[in-house]
Amino acid sequence: MMKAFNRVLSILLFLFNILLMNSAHAALEIEISGGSAQQIPIAILPFAEASGVATNEMIHQIVTADLKSSGLFRVLDTSGMANLPTTSAQIKYPQWVALQAQAMAVGHVDNLGGGRIKVTFQLMDVLKQTQLIGMDYQIAPTQVRSTAHKIADAIYEKLIGTPGAFGSRIAYINKVGKRYTLQVADADGYNPQNVVSSNEPIISPAWSPDGSKMAYVSFEKKKPIIDVQSLSTGERKVLANYKGNNSAPAWSPDGSKLAVVLTYGANSQIYTISANGENLQQLTKSSAIDTEPVFSPDGQSIYFSSDRGGKPQIYKVPVSGGNPSRVTFEGGYNVSPHFSPDGRYLSYIRNDGGRFRVALQDLSNGQVQLLSEGSQDESPSFSPNGRVILYATKVRGRGALATVSADGKVRQRLSESSGDVREPAWAPLAKQ
Amino acid sequence: MNRNKVWMSVALAMLLVACKSTPIAPAKVEDKSVGTPATTADQNANGSDTNGIKEVNIDSNANGNDGNPLRDPNNILSKRNIYFDYDSDAVKAEFRPLVEAHAKYLVAHKDAKVVLQGNTDERGTREYNVSLGQRRSVAVKKALNLLGVQDTQIETVSYGEEKATQNCADESCFQQNRRVDIVYGNE
Repeated sequence: MMKAFNRVLSILLFLFNILLMNSAHAALEIEISGGSAQQIPIAILPFAEASGVATNEMIHQIVTADLKSSGLFRVLDTSGMANLPTTSAQIKYPQWVALQAQAMAVGHVDNLGGGRIKVTFQLMDVLKQTQLIGMDYQIAPTQVRSTAHKIADAIYEKLIGTPGAFGSRIAYINKVGKRYTLQVADADGYNPQNVVSSNEPIISPAWSPDGSKMAYVSFEKKKPIIDVQSLSTGERKVLANYKGNNSAPAWSPDGSKLAVVLTYGANSQIYTISANGENLQQLTKSSAIDTEPVFSPDGQSIYFSSDRGGKPQIYKVPVSGGNPSRVTFEGGYNVSPHFSPDGRYLSYIRNDGGRFRVALQDLSNGQVQLLSEGSQDESPSFSPNGRVILYATKVRGRGALATVSADGKVRQRLSESSGDVREPAWAPLAKQ
Repeated sequence: MNRNKVWMSVALAMLLVACKSTPIAPAKVEDKSVGTPATTADQNANGSDTNGIKEVNIDSNANGNDGNPLRDPNNILSKRNIYFDYDSDAVKAEFRPLVEAHAKYLVAHKDAKVVLQGNTDERGTREYNVSLGQRRSVAVKKALNLLGVQDTQIETVSYGEEKATQNCADESCFQQNRRVDIVYGNE
């Protein structure tokens, strides 16, 4: 029963996204499966539009899609209902209590003139008949999509208790033909924008903590070199171009330095380097492979993968140096560590008999859960609110992006229509 | 479960409202060297051609090879690919003559420089594969060092799985991807 429902839901969402593609340039389509057992029933009503304003119900559609994608809400069907309210004063509560709505969002869009519009929205508690949120946004019509994500984030935070991540962005590498492009898109895959492109491979994109820059590895010089690029100006600077490989950049939480992997004439070892390219220091000294460094959110340790014990496992070492200690013990092969923003969980890739899947380890008690269902899953990356993990998977031989909720219950797939998509990295929330 | 929290939580949401997204200016990477040396792993590995047709390369045969042994198809120095077993960085005995020939050339030509490009198959994560490919290029470097080649003449790098044939269906396909390519400095 639930399965059939989910199938219908995913088909509907698929069709719904085709509709959306016509109104915005979508690159990724979304399929959702699963859902939390306790979903909050909510009504999201179409926003009334003043004459001269044409958002084409985008706000209502985007807020609905965002909340559904979290798996934490049951968005009530209001199609076919007459006289839907667009302000709290118009709400006849018994009707919504009968529908078992716990909360409802109403709103309207007004024309301010001079190319500006005003989006007003209220979130109401249906049982208490009180206002939970009331906001208005004075925006340009081009900001309707991002405003809708902000509304969804506000509703999510109010009802779930943690900030939403619908307004955040993701980066990934899209390979079309022989061309590699680093792209940044909204978290739902819309508005893809090119950051850098090349006929030689680009790998390992990493957001600076303030979201203003990206470090990545480019092979344009026939070897891996680390570049840092400003997103707003497009200015690129070489961070590391030493003899041998320069790869796997990872920012420190304060953005002052990066952990990188260099080789000179030997195996991969981990170094730290200031964000301006100075003060290179070797952190690990082994004859084994040490790679894929990542800073712990407190900035005190660097976690990395290493085969110093035979098969690859995840280790940690103080940023100041010292002896590494092993972090993963379960499973014969664990690589690509990534932290939850609160530092409580570590996500990584486990190879279990040739099957590569996303694993999640609770660092407080060591418990591990396998979250993804693919066989070539890579590059786990947490949403800024820690609720969802974005990763790369393969669908019919082509790279695609997928997400799974940290509790493993809700899965989504974002597949690019034409390209081979890999190495997603979820942007941190911009600090303003 | 946290229903209470749900209804009690305060309007922290306001904090998110003022976020504005940073505009993105795309940058183009200038590909300065034209054309990657095409990876002709298929022909090199087996030496056999399909349909009984042997392709003649006019450029190298008819016009000669300007006397450069590195480009003479009859000279072992024109062979540049060393293949590896799964999960291994051991240089196999069958590639010994190839490694020795390049070592001899490099010892005789102290100004010559090579880049050893390590490669892996597509299985595994990208950065880990960069490290695995590096281990293979280091293995070839050590073999050259033992034969008298100076460190200053060798750079070891890795492409990881980036040059690998994707979606291999069998082991013979995977094997083509597990290799070190020898590239001379002026190539």
